[in-house]
Amino acid sequence: MKSLIEKLTQTPGPPGHENQIRQVVEAEITEYADEIRVDNLGNLIARKGTKSERGKRIMLAAHMDEIGVIATHIDENGFIRFTNIGGVMPRYAPGGRVRFLDGTPGVIGTEKIESSYKVPPLGKMYIDIGVSSQKECPIEVGDVAIFERPLTEMGDCLVSKAMDDRVSVAIMIEAMKKLKGSPHEIYFVFSVQEEVGVRGATTAAFGVDPEVGLAIDVTRTGDTPKGITMEVSLGAGPAIKVKDSGMISDPRVVDWMVSTAQKAKIPYQLEVLERGGTDARAIQLTRSGVPAGCLSIPCRYIHSPSEMVDYNDVENALNLLLALLKNPITLA
Amino acid sequence: MPPRINTSLLKRLTEACAVSGDEGSIREIVLEQIKSHVDDVQVDALGNVLATKRGKGKHRPRVMLAAHMDEVGFMIIYDDGDGLFRFDTVGGLDKRQLVGKPVWVGADRVPGVIGTKPIHLTTSNERSRAISVESLRIDVGPNNGGKVNVGDRATFATQFQRIGKSIRAKAIDDRIGVTMLIELIKHAPTNIDLQAAFTVQEEVGLRGARVAAYALEPDLAIALDSTPAMDLPRWDGEENIRYNTKLGFGPAIYVADGATLSDPRLINHLQETGQANGIPYQLRQPGGGGTDACAIQRSREGVPAVSVSVPARYIHTAASIARVDDWRNTLSLLYAALSRLSVDTLARIT
Repeated sequence: MKSLIEKLTQTPGPPGHENQIRQVVEAEITEYADEIRVDNLGNLIARKGTKSERGKRIMLAAHMDEIGVIATHIDENGFIRFTNIGGVMPRYAPGGRVRFLDGTPGVIGTEKIESSYKVPPLGKMYIDIGVSSQKECPIEVGDVAIFERPLTEMGDCLVSKAMDDRVSVAIMIEAMKKLKGSPHEIYFVFSVQEEVGVRGATTAAFGVDPEVGLAIDVTRTGDTPKGITMEVSLGAGPAIKVKDSGMISDPRVVDWMVSTAQKAKIPYQLEVLERGGTDARAIQLTRSGVPAGCLSIPCRYIHSPSEMVDYNDVENALNLLLALLKNPITLA
Repeated sequence: MPPRINTSLLKRLTEACAVSGDEGSIREIVLEQIKSHVDDVQVDALGNVLATKRGKGKHRPRVMLAAHMDEVGFMIIYDDGDGLFRFDTVGGLDKRQLVGKPVWVGADRVPGVIGTKPIHLTTSNERSRAISVESLRIDVGPNNGGKVNVGDRATFATQFQRIGKSIRAKAIDDRIGVTMLIELIKHAPTNIDLQAAFTVQEEVGLRGARVAAYALEPDLAIALDSTPAMDLPRWDGEENIRYNTKLGFGPAIYVADGATLSDPRLINHLQETGQANGIPYQLRQPGGGGTDACAIQRSREGVPAVSVSVPARYIHTAASIARVDDWRNTLSLLYAALSRLSVDTLARIT
């Protein structure tokens, strides 16, 4: 799965511009899906299986988009002013490399720093693409760029840009390939525009109209020096979300996930995330409501160009997902 | 026949009082204007006017055009007696710029003023601070106090004025969208089914458009609105890099705002239309804000959506300024873009 993760993380897909990453995913899954469609917002929706008497209609969602930046103004000297699409954090931006969708590379610079203790806002930064006038600049207002950073292995860990949420995209692709004999009708939704407010999953969930929903996404960890207080650690297994700031997981879904992990002897951790949300919220709130939860991959340095996951967690998450989908589900 | 801008209609619309949740006086004008031009019209439970004008021939895309009837303003919340009323703001208003402004209260436009202490009696300390809304009152005088009730809405009392190439009015956001939508209905291209939504409660969170889109189930949608132009020169002579839009540069096409990433197919369609017809346009600087397009895009299984705005300076204040040419070009761009829409415009998303 490592080379798949590498391919996925290195393909650009900022919110609203998921066409390249969608093509990569579609090529991976075509032979394993019974039906594939792309909806009006660009969600890739692949069905595998038909509902047996003991089965349910399940929606799985991992988002294809990654945080990016968008040009707001090209100044007289060819410097590009920009703003964020999704949760770009100013402290990770200066010195970063970006690449526009037409291939143009750039580096992020800042105006004169007034205080070394204060991070300047994105409005005081610019992208330098190495030209010296507006006329030479091939970039126009509205053009979009992603952060560049290759995938690197560090011990058991994988580090890359866009690990959020391509690692989950990879897990879903692998699950599609490996899953056999499930009683369920499963919709693998590779969603768009999650980073700007779970927009893709909102319309996809309405279309799929599932009976159970699971998002697969990264979550923060509390295991770094003087970091946030949080139980989740890297390498201690996939996390089963109990709540985040956008959703309280359906307790029946949490129980189902926990008991499945225990039975299959897969390590897991329980996750309470104080800030953040996932596609599961959109699934839970669609139509007349859906029991929903989230399988989380612990990840350090989220929304930086160096998002770090432990490969053991990734494999265990895949195993847990397969175990969850194999048997009939009783939500008691 | 292409539609033309209608200045007398815009005057009527901008001078009406129709703050979010109390859009009746605009709804009345809209119904009167469109009734004999549409195949179907209804007022829904929230007060949206939903009208359909069907085209001719096969494979007509269902195109929802949304313009919001409501404006930002005030709500009377307490009667202090003697014609003095406490109030709160409705929608996004900069609370520093309310003081001293004349207002109209209610659909009958009872005249009043947001009074304040004259400079003679203030201390320098008081003058350096903004006055909180809690300590401001709307004063309509004791004779008219009986005509005002708690719950009434109020707006700035600004007469519409044409000033050469410009117009000055309150509520250009979004009465200019409402006039354009009325004219587009009267001159609707026949290659589409035009689904007009004159929406309510946009300024308090796109509430009307949400239910309108659910009811209409369009194939695609365009929100017609007004957006700030902050194109004034900077005080320090530096290049203005944060203008949002510029007056005189034509309709503002949205790429990304805080609530919507516009459908790339529709952005292209609008740009190509502008280029093919020699109609100027500008791309609004990506940034915050949101329009009815947000609520429409996320309706049901999703709707390809985009916004087009007439740029105006000082919107959400007592008086904004827009250019007649921008208004005219926005209407021309919309009409031309609608006229060349086909099912192919929405070929699979790329």
